[in-house]
Amino acid sequence: MAVTANDRPFPPGDYPVVVVGSGPGGLQASYCLSRLGIEHATISRDDAPGGMFRSFPIFQRLLSWSKPDALAEPGSREYEWYDHNSLVAEEPRHQALVPPLMDRAYMVPSRAEMEAGIAAFAEQVPVSVRYGCAWESTRRADDGRLVLTTSDGEYACRAAVFAVGVTTPWFSPIPGIEDVPHYVDTRAPEEYRGRRVFVIGKRNSGFEIADGLLPWARQIVLGSPRPVQTSVLAQATVRVRYLQPFEDHALGGGTFALDLAVERLERTAEGWRVHGQGTTRPGEIVLDVDDVIAATGFSTPLLDLPELGVHTVAQGRIPAMTPFWESSPGSGIYFAGNATQGAPGLRKHGVGAASAAVHGFRYNARVMARHLVATHLGPKPACATVGTPELAPFLLEEATIAPELWAQKSYLARAVYRNGDTEILPLAAWLDDPGEFAAAVTVEMNASGDVYPAVYLSEGGDVRELLLPPDHLNDFRGPEHEAELRAAL
Amino acid sequence: MTERDELVRSLSGLSLFSDLRDADLEAIADPDLERRFVEGERVLRRGLSGSGFYVILDGEAAVEIAGDDEPRKLRRGDFFGEVSTLLDCKPTADVIARTQLHALEIPGPQLETFLLQYPRVTYRMLQTVTRRLRDVLG
Repeated sequence: MAVTANDRPFPPGDYPVVVVGSGPGGLQASYCLSRLGIEHATISRDDAPGGMFRSFPIFQRLLSWSKPDALAEPGSREYEWYDHNSLVAEEPRHQALVPPLMDRAYMVPSRAEMEAGIAAFAEQVPVSVRYGCAWESTRRADDGRLVLTTSDGEYACRAAVFAVGVTTPWFSPIPGIEDVPHYVDTRAPEEYRGRRVFVIGKRNSGFEIADGLLPWARQIVLGSPRPVQTSVLAQATVRVRYLQPFEDHALGGGTFALDLAVERLERTAEGWRVHGQGTTRPGEIVLDVDDVIAATGFSTPLLDLPELGVHTVAQGRIPAMTPFWESSPGSGIYFAGNATQGAPGLRKHGVGAASAAVHGFRYNARVMARHLVATHLGPKPACATVGTPELAPFLLEEATIAPELWAQKSYLARAVYRNGDTEILPLAAWLDDPGEFAAAVTVEMNASGDVYPAVYLSEGGDVRELLLPPDHLNDFRGPEHEAELRAAL
Repeated sequence: MTERDELVRSLSGLSLFSDLRDADLEAIADPDLERRFVEGERVLRRGLSGSGFYVILDGEAAVEIAGDDEPRKLRRGDFFGEVSTLLDCKPTADVIARTQLHALEIPGPQLETFLLQYPRVTYRMLQTVTRRLRDVLG
């Protein structure tokens, strides 16, 4: 059915909240606000849901697992841990929408399966979006409200949630790079047949290209200043991109993953000359290749938000934000989706959050929505409650089955207060304001890859850390764990 | 001037990194290691395991120890977190951002490799730590 202008929801006007974006981050945020009963407008410049998954990854295979058959029943909260790609809902019928769409050729969905899963969520819940409405600029009105100018007109709101992805191609400032195609402009693999290709970047997208071109190119050389951290990769889902190209590098098969700072890129009659300086092993490196591809990453399209006080990290590519994903306390400028990686959390033992992936940021959105309501709209949404006598088993049950804690290790925590109220919160925020006689549990991983529950106990504002032992089967509900936790409580 | 240049340039102006080549600075200027904290935010937390080593690029922080009325101020170029990271123990003080704070963080598990990779940084760090020791011992 054709969509006419009259069918489009959320005309310009005043709303308590505006959500920008119709990728998984925007849809999840919109869903969570709706569940809290918050009126809001969701707008998107796209003409359909899916966000980046409408185009990427270019080699069509995601990294994150969804297991159609797993240790928990699809639709349940426990199952979410086994399905990293579906958006989450309170209603079981809206849960786990991606796995049924997978052809099971792999344990990870294809891009098309992912896009279909997101579209199914938007349609079934449903999440209403004003498509074809592009956010163009932002200002702060005299009364403190935010005003978003869009292609359809102005939206005024007390808080805005920007779920605009990390999708703008970003180039390293290398002389000569202005003529180099970005990852997003990589051609069909067969067009690289028999060619020598230099890929700038040794991260996810660089190795995705290398992996995709291995069957076609004559030689692939990847280069960037920092070495590939194989010990970190060993425990990261991204390793599947690295396996074949890095094996080829290690065994001398013609592929190289060089640690070099590219000084300049020079056009030659046949292609390109790459000039660089070795980092891990110093020395000048000059390469003649047929093609260069910049796998140098992406940035968040912040438009004029920096003029409203939004700072950035990661070479200006990602907005900096509070543990509750607000650009600064009280600003009313929130982020959802991939950009929530701008709130790094504690990074204990160097382990980062999964906020750049759906299985991480879908929970950030739920917590963010509650914080937005409590801070800007009020009153604070009600919490679930737990009785004190069952506190130890409750915390250990959460450490064993809570998908939020497993997805966002050392990042999201289950907090329980003296009156029995309980909620999921950013661990960093809870530690800064734990309240008297409260407890929080999360799942953590150390540098050796051990996974274990970490309990934080607050007494009179002082916080004590209790690290419980790992379990062979990751089940922390046994008598030993309970006895140790009860003694501490 | 791009932000990446700014990060490399910021690092090159610190005595800790003053002996390094541009290529080394580019390698250290990893976007994943760049951190920003708002005023009042805790950077290092007393009693919590798994912390990292921080170098202040811009802004001011304070080392807060219970019972100490005059917290030690930390400014651009200062570093902290080395004791808990090198000795694999929990920090005994909080470090709190006193302004917007821009810092570089080397995660604890990566510090040994980092210091072995850049021995001139290690030497500069040792000089600073020795100076601190001399000041304490009088």
